[in-house]
Amino acid sequence: MFYREAGDFKTTYRDDGQTFPIRLDRWGYYVILAAAFLVVPIYIDAYWANAVLVPFLIYAIAALGLNVLTGYAGQVSLGTGGFMAVGAYAVYKLMTSFPEVSIVIHILLAGGITAAVGVLFGLPSLRIKGFYLAVATLAAQFFLVWLFNKVPWFYNYSASGQITAPTRRVFGYAVTGPTTSAPAKYLICLCFLFVLAWAVRNLTRGTLGRKWMAIRDMDIAAEIIGVNPLTAKLSAFAVSSFLIGIAGALLFAVYLGAADANEAFGINKSFLVLFMIIIGGLGSIFGSFAGAAFLVLLPVLLKNILVGSFGWPTNLAAHIELMIVGALIVFFLIVEPHGLARLWQLTKEKLRLWPFPH
Amino acid sequence: MDQLFFAAEVFLNGLMAGVMYSLVALGFVLIFKASGVFNYAQGVLALFAALTLVGIQQGQVPFAHLINAMFGTNLHHFGWTVPSILAIALTAGIMVLLAFLIEKLVLQHLVGQEPIILFMATIGLAYFLEGMGDVMWGADIKTLDVGLPQGISDTVETMTADWLGYGFFLDRLDIWATMIAALLVAALVAFAQYTKQGRAMRAVADDHQAALSVGISLRFIWVMVWSIAGFVALVAGIMWGTKSGVQFSLSLIALKALPVLMLGGFTSIPGAIVGGLIIGVGEKLFEFWIGPLVGGATENWFAYVLALVFLVFRPQGLFGERIIERV
Amino acid sequence: MNQQMQDGHVTADGRQIGGVLMDMKNITLRFGGVVAIKDISFDIRQGEIRAIIGPNGAGKSSMLNVISGFYVPQEGEVWFRGEKRGPMRPYQVARLGIARTFQNIALFDGMTVLDNIMTGRLNRMKAGFFSQALWWGRAEREENENREQVEKIIDFLEIQNIRKTPVGRLPYGLKKRVELARALAAEPQLLLLDEPMAGMNVEEKEDMSRFILDVNDEFGTTIALIEHDMGVVMDLSDRVVVMDYGRKIGDGTPDEVRSNQEVIDAYLGVAHD
Repeated sequence: MFYREAGDFKTTYRDDGQTFPIRLDRWGYYVILAAAFLVVPIYIDAYWANAVLVPFLIYAIAALGLNVLTGYAGQVSLGTGGFMAVGAYAVYKLMTSFPEVSIVIHILLAGGITAAVGVLFGLPSLRIKGFYLAVATLAAQFFLVWLFNKVPWFYNYSASGQITAPTRRVFGYAVTGPTTSAPAKYLICLCFLFVLAWAVRNLTRGTLGRKWMAIRDMDIAAEIIGVNPLTAKLSAFAVSSFLIGIAGALLFAVYLGAADANEAFGINKSFLVLFMIIIGGLGSIFGSFAGAAFLVLLPVLLKNILVGSFGWPTNLAAHIELMIVGALIVFFLIVEPHGLARLWQLTKEKLRLWPFPH
Repeated sequence: MDQLFFAAEVFLNGLMAGVMYSLVALGFVLIFKASGVFNYAQGVLALFAALTLVGIQQGQVPFAHLINAMFGTNLHHFGWTVPSILAIALTAGIMVLLAFLIEKLVLQHLVGQEPIILFMATIGLAYFLEGMGDVMWGADIKTLDVGLPQGISDTVETMTADWLGYGFFLDRLDIWATMIAALLVAALVAFAQYTKQGRAMRAVADDHQAALSVGISLRFIWVMVWSIAGFVALVAGIMWGTKSGVQFSLSLIALKALPVLMLGGFTSIPGAIVGGLIIGVGEKLFEFWIGPLVGGATENWFAYVLALVFLVFRPQGLFGERIIERV
Repeated sequence: MNQQMQDGHVTADGRQIGGVLMDMKNITLRFGGVVAIKDISFDIRQGEIRAIIGPNGAGKSSMLNVISGFYVPQEGEVWFRGEKRGPMRPYQVARLGIARTFQNIALFDGMTVLDNIMTGRLNRMKAGFFSQALWWGRAEREENENREQVEKIIDFLEIQNIRKTPVGRLPYGLKKRVELARALAAEPQLLLLDEPMAGMNVEEKEDMSRFILDVNDEFGTTIALIEHDMGVVMDLSDRVVVMDYGRKIGDGTPDEVRSNQEVIDAYLGVAHD
């Protein structure tokens, strides 16, 4: 069984346009899905859920969101943290105001609200481009975090200024609040990620995705072939913010349980997600996953080695992590601007020719 | 009447903060003009410079934490203190070395990349430098004192009280910082206009190829502008570090130079100066009048929102050149 | 000077030339104080190949940019299919059925050849957002139908083997061909070509000329092109507009233009007074 398309003839354009045109890829995908949905929930424990899997799933959603905007539509945003905060505070207000409504609906609505805020802050993208826009999105970052800290209505006038997620259930199982089990946290995040990733894949391979990429690659030419830059850019902001809002809502409600806008959604969060898509690969869905996995695992790994094995202080490990992440960003931009996704693709291309490379 | 004087005092304080913004923004403009790099790491450079200065001054052992962790030693200080002037000179030297390394290890390999890629690389650089500063000197908040006068200026207070019947409260440090910054701004402008290196720098900014063809070394120019930016960062680091301690938030203050630039236009030296003053005065007055109504701390975002709104109406900034799009 | 042609005129090689498709009336375009186009009028008829020629800086590209809506002239009117065109953004002009190529190739480098050509059909795909997100119903149907059309163009321009190659990796000549394919995919009423032969060798020029003639012949597409190379233009086009320093100095069949004294002067470089 070789990894290649030979002998796997496509007879319709439908077959040719599918997500995994190579049979082995398709099988691999089904195996991973089955394992993720059926096997992992049985064995998952609190450590794996909290340290690795749940943050990975949530950041993968955020990275997908930012990749839509930056990787596909070419609009660099440094406001991810602020938009995640919108999702978190929206879901908090909805949860506490309408406790009888399902949390799933609240999370989706939180995404919708974030999408609206994203469109609002995306409006300047029609006039300003490149790093002018990147700096302009800093306005969203700093303003939104300030807003959630300063206006008590957003945190229900709690004394600490924090928001805390009450217990909410799906099919009788708690998915938020202190009693949530590890499998429940994992599964709700996995379900959201699966559906959203699938929808993003569909959007990016169709009309809307082509409009985004056209704007990214050459905006003037895109306009001259009939792409309306207004709708193309704003739809990218909306879809991107929708995902980022959901990621923020899940991060707060399911993962953290309690959050403070400044600490949980500061500018470092914006950079973390941006780094995920740079390391993973701009304009690649696989890259969003790979980048999120990499930057979630790296600190865990470093902590295990430096703190666990060598016995170094935790804060020293954290500072070394900063250096490594920074150096990796520069390294990837210099050596492989298309990130891990490109490396994966190259490996697959080599594999297709194996064992006769010439 | 008192209210008016109060506002005037806020205005003056804003103007003084603005001069500092202008200075840092000038560091950006120089790098942007000479190499097309939009240097996000400028703020972290200021932090790094201040950390290094404190470290040298107090005789800290660099990488002490790392060495201690690796070898189980208990190093902290060499046990000496270095005079401020010498420490500043040494730090300036380190900033030049840093500029050289950045050119050698990062910029050289990114020549000809898209500006946005370069921008993201400087974000990575910012992370690296922040981590390195912490690993080298420790992440605790440090006080910095190079002998600059501090506290409310009695002279100004008594003088204004005599003349106007209202004593203006101005920090002596701010007054000094403003004078030094204004001097540096003037020196930088003079450097760019009248020296041979300055002319070469402007030539590079106009056209890389043409500059190369008349024998200007791009690498030299880049190392030079990054050194200047490092030096400017050092001065900013000293001023802000003296005022509020050397800590991470210092790099965020220096980031205010970004909206300053958007306001002034990335390529304009007068733009950086005027933009800095507008932002400095604007955010202080906004905090003074509107701040109390909305819970304060508006300085965190005012500059960015102002720049954002401004750019929507005038994308090229105050003094930037109008962009004519061509097919 | 303006040669009168009858509606329903048939060319020597048997192609139908119809009524006026596009009418440019007294167009003047200025950039600040510089006058790029000065009071120029001409028309383009259904089914013809119309060339705009002139020396460097004559204002040819500006004229093409006015037609495609990228520049808005200060004076004058643009009539298309018998209607006066109001002030429009370029994407609205594209939706009227005007497609173009660019002198300095404006392809989307990050996308494959197939995706680039598919962008030419964006305006024909109407599936809603949710249909696209679910890849169900209209979105999937449209994708496959339009793919079929695009494949026809790929066959026509003989670029089957590079379908899935990212455009950024292609050589110059092929890029030009892909760009033509993208414009054709829109099935335009009027196709604008901005120096289609620029930077090509003789063989590539011949190929391109053949494609242009075939497009005009097989699809009946009206073509307006700008070209530097007098020889090629005279062989290809039905009528030629000659511009010099923003003015129109000649208009007519290739033979008429060739014998026009002012045109000869402009090309041979007689001093302007």
